[in-house]
Amino acid sequence: MSIVRQRSINRVDRRLGQMLGLLSVGVALLLMLIVLFLLNESWPFLASLWHEGQWLGLLQNPGWYPLEGRFGMTPMILASIAVTLGAVLLALPLGLANAIYLEFYASPVTARGFRLLLNLLAGIPSVVFGLWGLTRLVPLITKWQAPGTSLLAAMLVLSLMILPTIALTSAGALASVPKDLLAGSMALGLRRKTQILHVLLPAARSGIASGALLATARALGETMAVLMVAGNVVQFPSGLFEPVRVLTANIALEMAYAMGDHRASLFASGLLLTLLVWLLSWVAQRVNRQSQAFARRG
Amino acid sequence: MNQQQANPYTLGEIEPGAPCCVPQPLLQVRDLAVSYGEKTVLSQVSLDIYQGCITALIGPSGCGKTSFLATLNRLTDQHAGARVSGQILFDGQDLLRDPIDTLRLRRRIGMIFQRPNPFPLSIWRNLELPLKEHGVQNRHIRAQKIEQAFRDVGLWGEISDRLDSSALALSGGQQQRVCIARALVLQPDILLMDEPCSALDPISSGVVEELILRLRGRYTVVIVTHNLAQARRVANYAGFFWMAERVGRLIEFGQCRHLFESPGHELTAAYISGAKG
Amino acid sequence: MADRLFAWLMLGCALLVVASLLWVLGDVLIEGLAHISWTFLFAEPVDAGRSGGIGPILISTLWILLIALAAALPLGLGVAIWLSEFAPGNSRFAVHTGITLDILAGVPSIVYGLFGNAFFSIYLGMGFSLLSGGLTLACMILPVFVRTCESGLRAVSDDWRLGALALGMTRSTAIWHILLPAARPAIVAGMVLGIGRATAETAALLFTSGYVDRMPESLLDSGRALAVHIYDLSMNVTGGDGAAYASALVLVVLIISLNTLAQSLVDNWFKRRLVAS
Repeated sequence: MSIVRQRSINRVDRRLGQMLGLLSVGVALLLMLIVLFLLNESWPFLASLWHEGQWLGLLQNPGWYPLEGRFGMTPMILASIAVTLGAVLLALPLGLANAIYLEFYASPVTARGFRLLLNLLAGIPSVVFGLWGLTRLVPLITKWQAPGTSLLAAMLVLSLMILPTIALTSAGALASVPKDLLAGSMALGLRRKTQILHVLLPAARSGIASGALLATARALGETMAVLMVAGNVVQFPSGLFEPVRVLTANIALEMAYAMGDHRASLFASGLLLTLLVWLLSWVAQRVNRQSQAFARRG
Repeated sequence: MNQQQANPYTLGEIEPGAPCCVPQPLLQVRDLAVSYGEKTVLSQVSLDIYQGCITALIGPSGCGKTSFLATLNRLTDQHAGARVSGQILFDGQDLLRDPIDTLRLRRRIGMIFQRPNPFPLSIWRNLELPLKEHGVQNRHIRAQKIEQAFRDVGLWGEISDRLDSSALALSGGQQQRVCIARALVLQPDILLMDEPCSALDPISSGVVEELILRLRGRYTVVIVTHNLAQARRVANYAGFFWMAERVGRLIEFGQCRHLFESPGHELTAAYISGAKG
Repeated sequence: MADRLFAWLMLGCALLVVASLLWVLGDVLIEGLAHISWTFLFAEPVDAGRSGGIGPILISTLWILLIALAAALPLGLGVAIWLSEFAPGNSRFAVHTGITLDILAGVPSIVYGLFGNAFFSIYLGMGFSLLSGGLTLACMILPVFVRTCESGLRAVSDDWRLGALALGMTRSTAIWHILLPAARPAIVAGMVLGIGRATAETAALLFTSGYVDRMPESLLDSGRALAVHIYDLSMNVTGGDGAAYASALVLVVLIISLNTLAQSLVDNWFKRRLVAS
């Protein structure tokens, strides 16, 4: 009994396959390379933290005086979280409303136009948002309460930036709710508002949640727009109108002249950011997989 | 000829009872068995494919007829875990044992699929691409071969004015005929057809069937079909497959006339009379 | 009643977003047009950019973009083809590569800047240069591009792969002539996404391609990208707002035109493949 070998691919194909396979190995190594270099650069800082047992010290805030060797990142970590959370809290309801409008209230022509507009909004570079925020939003806030460059400004600009993502992914989640759910709720004579809020939205909640998580990850990693409008004073976020400095902005501002331990601390903060973003993306993926499982069962 | 002008869809006259073939076996299958992983789908199949004749493989679905076809042009290589054993003798070589250049093999043994699958290219490109791939460099020779292939399938009149338009814009029957032309342009020794008409509407199905009849004598065709009447109309030889003990087997093989009129095996008789399957 | 109120509320939210977009774009347009002129596009920046133009900056931007695309596009397409066409179905390496790409897609751009600085500028010794910036951007746009192309290729019907195989065509030919053109919309979408992201990027370039605003002499010379220029003008240069807005207008127009150009180029190139050669 002879057994046929797997594949008799000819030479050209085999060589192409090998070449492309090698490329893929290289790309897979890129991630390892990035992590490697980040760790390498931040090692002096991480090692000194370990030696001096300052892990808990981070929470005690020795203050951010890098030129004197004091690397209290806590205010900046909190500022990053505050700005991100604020932006998401603003953008989520508005984005959901836009998604509902897109899916249920807009005529096909209007929907296409609105979708185009949202895509346009998503394509505006973050520096342009920063510029606009700095020259338009900040003076407005200053009139209310100085200084203007503040936590509030950062939240507003950032929420505008992540809005398209939330709106478009939520619209997608709403559109993929099984049609018979909508039909069933209509047959029960429910009001439109009730249908949407109490039947469809809960049904689409995992898709919406995963989109929101991805937007959060994006907001956490955003640098330029926040840098330009948040004021960049290292302090605990104490009020909406107070200036703050987020981790990303800190890296951007200080990388140019940072050396030795200072530089290592910046790399370490970059590592921290990356880990936070990965965590969020991972959760988003798990939530999304859950939603797909529901859809299959449903 | 005037028949062509009256109805653009029919081909030329069909000579009834065309002299069949020199009964030379072109391809000999001995004791073929196919299994995918743990599951054996075909076992102990032995038959001969005669040159210039149309051989129909009939039987209910799931009996391994498509798998059988796939072994002949080594398409089974695509399935990880597919194991084929036995002997397939073609042109003095054992397709299963000897090192075979599958690319050249598939030029000599072509295949038509159930769902018409013309490439998303222009009608002309669909035929030009495989020709170029198999080394026909001269543009004029290519043009000649392509036109001849289209004439052979009776499409030339219908499409000669729109050769640059997308093949996907054609009707189902036309697409299948493009696929047949595409296989014929390589001048294969054997043409394998896996239920070529089953995805087509009745009229297109009839046109393709007429085309297959016209190929008789010039090409060797192995056609898998569910349509008993079609097999009877078209084939010179027929093989009847059936599922025995969860494995597909060849129950009977012989001249079409004998199989249909005086079948040797009771299962064959039952299937043909419609009592079973 | 509540229903009508709800509908109005939704409409209101939509209008709010539209208004914000119009406000932002409108400002860019109005303020930008006030400061823009032909000399602006071609002249060197004078007085830290308050007057003069953005000529060298545009050149730097285009060079960085070109480097990024030249590195990411072929590499990304190659990996996508491998993942879709060559990787064995159950390959763990393919799954790992996929996960790696998804992870890479989520890394914040400033972290790419840190990596680019550590690896390209320092370890590989490129210093602050167009090359360093371009390669960093290439790393950034690679993951999404690969995933987009890969899903586009996977979506192409298997019928054509089988058809090409049955005709004895090499997989390379099938990929080049049939599958890639068929996956064209996804590839273009990936390219457009990549171009948009690369042109708009600031943070990753701050410490890889540098700040120098004169004309770069070579690829290893430092150069300032347009987005970085906008940042500098608005944050570090008092009275630079006018020039900043004009630069922002140029940036937005650049992104839109590059997208349109990419789309039409790819469309045309693929169109030639569909018709007779």
